[in-house]
Amino acid sequence: MHNPQLNRNGALQHLLTIDGLPREILSDILDTAAPFTEVAEREVKKLPLLRGKSVFNLFFENSTRTRTTFEIAAKRLSADVINLNIGTSSASKGESLLDTVDNLCAMQADMFVVRHAVSGAPFLIAQHLAANGRDHIHVINAGDGRHAHPTQGLLDMYTIRHYKKDFTRLIVAIVGDVLHSRVARSQIGALTTLGVPEIRVIGPKTLIPADVDRLGVRVFHDMRAGLKDVDVVMMLRLQSERMQGALLPSPQEFFKYYGLTADKLCCARPDAIVMHPGPMNRGVEIDSAVADGQHAVILPQVTFGIAVRMAVMSMLAGT
Amino acid sequence: MPLPDAERLCTVLADSMRPGLHPDTTLVGIHTGGVWVAERLHAALGLKTPLGCLDVSFYRDDFSRSGLHAQIKSSDMPFEVEDRPIVIVDDVLYTGRTIRAAMNEIFDYGRPARIDLSVLIDRGGRELPVCPRWTAQAMELGSDKNLQLERSEAGGLTLRLVDA
Repeated sequence: MHNPQLNRNGALQHLLTIDGLPREILSDILDTAAPFTEVAEREVKKLPLLRGKSVFNLFFENSTRTRTTFEIAAKRLSADVINLNIGTSSASKGESLLDTVDNLCAMQADMFVVRHAVSGAPFLIAQHLAANGRDHIHVINAGDGRHAHPTQGLLDMYTIRHYKKDFTRLIVAIVGDVLHSRVARSQIGALTTLGVPEIRVIGPKTLIPADVDRLGVRVFHDMRAGLKDVDVVMMLRLQSERMQGALLPSPQEFFKYYGLTADKLCCARPDAIVMHPGPMNRGVEIDSAVADGQHAVILPQVTFGIAVRMAVMSMLAGT
Repeated sequence: MPLPDAERLCTVLADSMRPGLHPDTTLVGIHTGGVWVAERLHAALGLKTPLGCLDVSFYRDDFSRSGLHAQIKSSDMPFEVEDRPIVIVDDVLYTGRTIRAAMNEIFDYGRPARIDLSVLIDRGGRELPVCPRWTAQAMELGSDKNLQLERSEAGGLTLRLVDA
């Protein structure tokens, strides 16, 4: 089946999801990101790759951190960046998603970074661009509904590779609210493609999708058992704002059983790393002592995220 | 056509550079061949300054035509560029576009005191006003050919002629 993210030559045209991307492309993105990390240490933190290009950040859903890191990445590549908070603009006046896109195309957009509450919205935009012969415009999914958040998945992979080098010997645990997490889906897809032999998901039954084992992961409801001997602990944010009904007794109860404490972390390997996509709920999914402790690589994740986004934007702009 | 011995050219280049060096002169090799030559020169000239290396992929002027090349290396400039005399080192000088990219990149680290250029081979064919201060050998080469520097596992440098 044709992958809508790839062009006729098999190069990346859009980044919509990690699902279906071959290992070579994932590795290519990670390899390309590495030299971009060094740019942040220069006097002038700017490269000319996207000079003269216009990048539109289309955020139909709020996310200060993701929008900011995309904005920094695009600006360090010398692009002109236009931020649109659509929630507070045309959409509320009744304009359709594709009308908004057409209008921005008429303003000579070169790239759209899209965050939308509805799964599949970035795909719809990519299809619409292709149907109108606008192959020079690229789309990056910055999170769509419960579906995917591919640059987060990629920056997590970059972080793991940075600290652990070889994917093929690792045990990785994803902990917490898997049900509402687009990050978890992207992580599982990327870890599988890159050859991680054992992926575990840990959480209460109410927050683990019923069919998650079809993705080839091992499910644990007991956190200590799930953390035994893992190399990488990937915490997820408890997404209270997406919860409807009684999925959890209380945040305190959640912390008791699934909050990452130094004590529970002792079950993992002594050199395990702890990751979190942010924003963190301290005292809910992670204890402050762990979040600020020596195993945590949460702030490096943010720094690497800029390099990974620069790599993705450059690769797209170069096709 | 017999190609010159790359090892001998490195020696020739070092000898020609020696009188013009300043105690702060810092070599910056361009990936990949230029870094190998810069390493040779650094040792031969007994320089105390650290060695820099640049991968100019992010500054190339053909990005919008051909995109990013695979296997980009990190640039490494382990010193303050500000007010430092810098010598860009490359294996083969052709159009001058790589040197233009390298100079742009260096200025993103700071304002050097001066920049000179040292190359193993100047093959002509310039498309930009770039002139090396030191050249081990000049030769004419048609646009259908490229000259490549290769390094053996033992570390020996040789030149090879390939089709463009």
